Amino acid sequence: MPVIVDYDAGNVRSVQRACQQVGLDATISADPEVVRAADKLIFPGVGSATSAIDTLADRGLDEAILAFYASGRPLLGICLGLQILLEHTEEGDKNCLGLVRGVCERFEFADRSIKVPHIGWNQLVIEKPHPMFADIRSGDEFYFVHSYYARPLDNSQVLGTTEYGDTNFCSVIGKDNLFATQFHLEKSGELGLKLLSGFARWSPC
Amino acid sequence: MVAVLSKRIIACLDVRDGNLAKSIKFVDTKDIGDPVSKAREYYEDGLDELVFYDITASSDARDIMLDVVEQVASQVYIPFSVGGGIRSVEDAHKLLWAGAEKINVNSAAVKRPELIAECAHAIGNQNTVLSMDILKATMSRELPSGYEVVINGGRTPTGVDALQWALRGEELGAGELVLNSIDADGTREGYDINLTRMISEAVSIPVIASGGAGKPEHLLEVLTQGKADAALVASMVHYGDYTISGLKAWLSEQGVKVRTRY
Repeated sequence: MPVIVDYDAGNVRSVQRACQQVGLDATISADPEVVRAADKLIFPGVGSATSAIDTLADRGLDEAILAFYASGRPLLGICLGLQILLEHTEEGDKNCLGLVRGVCERFEFADRSIKVPHIGWNQLVIEKPHPMFADIRSGDEFYFVHSYYARPLDNSQVLGTTEYGDTNFCSVIGKDNLFATQFHLEKSGELGLKLLSGFARWSPC
Repeated sequence: MVAVLSKRIIACLDVRDGNLAKSIKFVDTKDIGDPVSKAREYYEDGLDELVFYDITASSDARDIMLDVVEQVASQVYIPFSVGGGIRSVEDAHKLLWAGAEKINVNSAAVKRPELIAECAHAIGNQNTVLSMDILKATMSRELPSGYEVVINGGRTPTGVDALQWALRGEELGAGELVLNSIDADGTREGYDINLTRMISEAVSIPVIASGGAGKPEHLLEVLTQGKADAALVASMVHYGDYTISGLKAWLSEQGVKVRTRY
């Protein structure tokens, strides 16, 4: 059964609805046992990393997500669910799950006309092929809402990038059975649904 | 080379008792259709975002709005925000749970500014939008920008300066600002460029211009001279005079970066 991790980080039902649209009948759960037993896991998130990380730990979901990843079954991170997979975030100076080596930093621009948060539609540049990109082209636009961005240490895990201001940041991370997007594929129109549908079909080996 | 975002075209749907409504200068409100089917129509035509304002303030209508939000969320896969009558974090949570991406606070935040900080903390700055209803005023010591914030659907002046309120809202944690010019609302005579530019240059969060759009030229003007990050449209698309895809194609021809692949 596909499972969406519920840790009070906002938009689980939007993700569930988008899943339904692409034929993925996913359950929302905050139970670590259900998370461990999922056949596909979606780790979404909106909002503040500080409270999200505490909630994950309180519910024992941090360990459950790591255990799920270790099982080799497909894991999809979205937005905050991508950022929390790294080792550390500047937001609230918090340690994160550490599934991906690297940190999250805040956008800083000398030019005040470049607004933070980065809110809106921006282009994905595909850096490395991946089965989930089957129906997606470089230059397709997706919806972003965030003030922090991931900086993975290992460049080979950067599957996609996006440019904002003078910062070229990692917008898609891939590592084995993990695929994570900084943008909200559940809010990115038909192209977002195509990507989600790719996840429904993806069987990492 | 500095990479900029695509400018967003946002359709605004005023909802009264579950119906799509449209006002002129915030009065003379008429029902003009079903908000859910309109939302879906615009989505299919390449709309970037939706805003719903619940203009029925009575508490029993609250559940009707939640129902509209649920229905929209199951048919439309672009971000949408909901405003109107949000007074607490609990109100905000209910709307997010129903499927909204962001919430807009307005009058209640003027009365109790901490509401912005509370929402920003609970649901994130990015999802906390400060919506401001603004009326032109005589420049004075109290209103140095020459614009005043009004509340309760534009009926009640507050004595609060619009520019100062925008800066305060940003400081309290709002992630975006919507500037509703009541002078321009529903007139289709163009956005208040002066107001939009003044506030957009002063804050570092995105600014959405609202009120007055009647022709494609108005959007071009506010997205370039007005320095808005997004333009809100209502009457000009609700009555079928223009389409979302048509507006975006025209803006793109004028050199404005907009999302055209969807």
